[in-house]
Amino acid sequence: MTVLVGFVPTPEGEAAFAAGLAEARRRQEGLLVLNTPRGGAPVSADVAPPELVRSLTSRAEADGVALELRQTPHTGDLADELLRVAESVDASVIVIGLRRRSPVGKLLMGSSAQRILLDADRPVLAVKPHPTAG
Amino acid sequence: MDLAPVLDGFAVVLEPTNLLYCLIGVVVGMLVGVLPGLGPAATIAILLPITIGIEPVTAIIMLAGIFYGAQYGGTITSVLLKLPGEASSVVTVFDGYAMARQGRAGTALGIAAIGSFAGGTISIVALSFLAPLVASFALDFGPPEYTALALLGILLVATVSSGSRLKAVVAACVGLLLATVGRDGFTATERFTFGNLNLADGLDFVPIAMGLFGLGEILYNLEQRHNATQAPTKVANVWPSRQDLRQSSGAIGRGSVIGFFLGILPGGGATLSSLAAYAVEKRRSKTPERFGKGAVEGVAGPETANNAAATSSFIPLLTLGIPANATMAVIFGALLVVGVTPGPQLVTEEPELFWGVVNSMYIGNILLLIMSIPLVGLFVKILRVRPAILAPITVLITLIGVYTVNNSVFDIVLVIVFGVLGYLMKKAGFDPGPLLLAFVLGALLEDGLRRSLLIFDGDATGFFTRPISGTLLVVFLVVAVYPFVASLRSRRRQEPAQDTSDPNTKELV
Repeated sequence: MTVLVGFVPTPEGEAAFAAGLAEARRRQEGLLVLNTPRGGAPVSADVAPPELVRSLTSRAEADGVALELRQTPHTGDLADELLRVAESVDASVIVIGLRRRSPVGKLLMGSSAQRILLDADRPVLAVKPHPTAG
Repeated sequence: MDLAPVLDGFAVVLEPTNLLYCLIGVVVGMLVGVLPGLGPAATIAILLPITIGIEPVTAIIMLAGIFYGAQYGGTITSVLLKLPGEASSVVTVFDGYAMARQGRAGTALGIAAIGSFAGGTISIVALSFLAPLVASFALDFGPPEYTALALLGILLVATVSSGSRLKAVVAACVGLLLATVGRDGFTATERFTFGNLNLADGLDFVPIAMGLFGLGEILYNLEQRHNATQAPTKVANVWPSRQDLRQSSGAIGRGSVIGFFLGILPGGGATLSSLAAYAVEKRRSKTPERFGKGAVEGVAGPETANNAAATSSFIPLLTLGIPANATMAVIFGALLVVGVTPGPQLVTEEPELFWGVVNSMYIGNILLLIMSIPLVGLFVKILRVRPAILAPITVLITLIGVYTVNNSVFDIVLVIVFGVLGYLMKKAGFDPGPLLLAFVLGALLEDGLRRSLLIFDGDATGFFTRPISGTLLVVFLVVAVYPFVASLRSRRRQEPAQDTSDPNTKELV
């Protein structure tokens, strides 16, 4: 059993990682951070740069949590990919960060968070970034 | 040398319209340099229809800007992402990416920009002095000389180009065959037209270039998957330190010279010269083990050379009317589209065009030097666009573009046919460059050959009675026969060794 965190290098992702780390320590389980960009383009802003990966690793180490980071690109929908990984590693809880999105934006773009919340067959912990964190 | 036309050229460049198109050209050039897969030849081919509405000078200034601008842009992705945007910046990856890993990405880009500027400028100065000389020499050329020159050009491009030599020759022969389609220029007999009126005037250059390079490359790139998606890198400290500058100044000087001479050579061009410059720097260095681990010279040399070559490859085109590589073949086509026949008369008959284009390169290089570093962030953002979105848009622009040239649906069909051909050629390892070049030179070759045979009363040995055509044909024979002789000699040398060594090792050698 592991704690699965959906991660992107944004304040929301940071909040999700912090909550996931605390959860993994509390449950005394491993932490799997899924940082998967959409495949196809050579560059994606969703990938955590090497420096950030190093800092995440050292934070997990300091808390004595075993961290696994997956950065393989995905095709199709991000929500599906996250749920698929949750299934395959049999995650005990999924941690995601929520961002503010206007109703119109949600109508047009859809919401990965909503799909994960509705479709997941296991507990989902949804967190928001600290209001001052940008 | 008469300086008045040179100065008039500056007046032409400094017209606001021309400045604007120069700016558009270099920005588009940098953009396609950044995008992996889409090369300058493809972009110029796709943009050919745009040139029809505008002045010839302006059009060529823009297209030239795309060509040398692409050499700047290719560096950015090589250094930051280990993804060479252009074939000519493949070697920059070795040391440029290593420097970026050490946190010196800015320095690598800065040195590359300074080197590119120096290489480009030195090459332009040399071009300004050399081109009129070559042109005045070439004014004495008659049909026999042009025949020999066209033959030599096709052969050199086929043999010097990267990849299989046999495949390049095959592609060149297909190009020559395609050039024969249409009404015979001397007897007006229809050849290979199959009674189709659209083919009576021969195949048009524009749809072939747009199909082979534009559509063919887009189709081929759709197959490539960039699985290694990376995070955007931050660039800081663009200005190289004094020590970096001192270390790379020699490399910049040598790169300029290598690039200039290899650029003139048919089939040479930017890619070959960057490879050569890297090899020279590595051999000359007292510490060759630093190369591949972030040596400044390994970035400065090739980047200088590819820009110098991009500039100097205009010499054979503007003075002899012989394109030296695939991109020049497309620019040759563009000149024909706007109604200018490149050749030795160009310098004397259209000095405004000649010097306008040449001098625009000074301005273009300065624009590139100013813009390349601040715009790095923007260009890296463009790489976030997926090919699945970019490709359909480009195809649409290509097809609409080709239709606007002649308002002909037949041309659209031609583009699609040649697009599929270009895709299949790339898949099978054939370079479409020699095909296009042979197609362009095929018309020149046929015309020259038939005229000369009329002059010589059908006696083919007449080519050897004229000094220039005779020399060129001897060079042709040497280039054609040399590979066979070389392989024979190496085989003979291997034979005694064969008895003792394992036969399997031969393939490794």
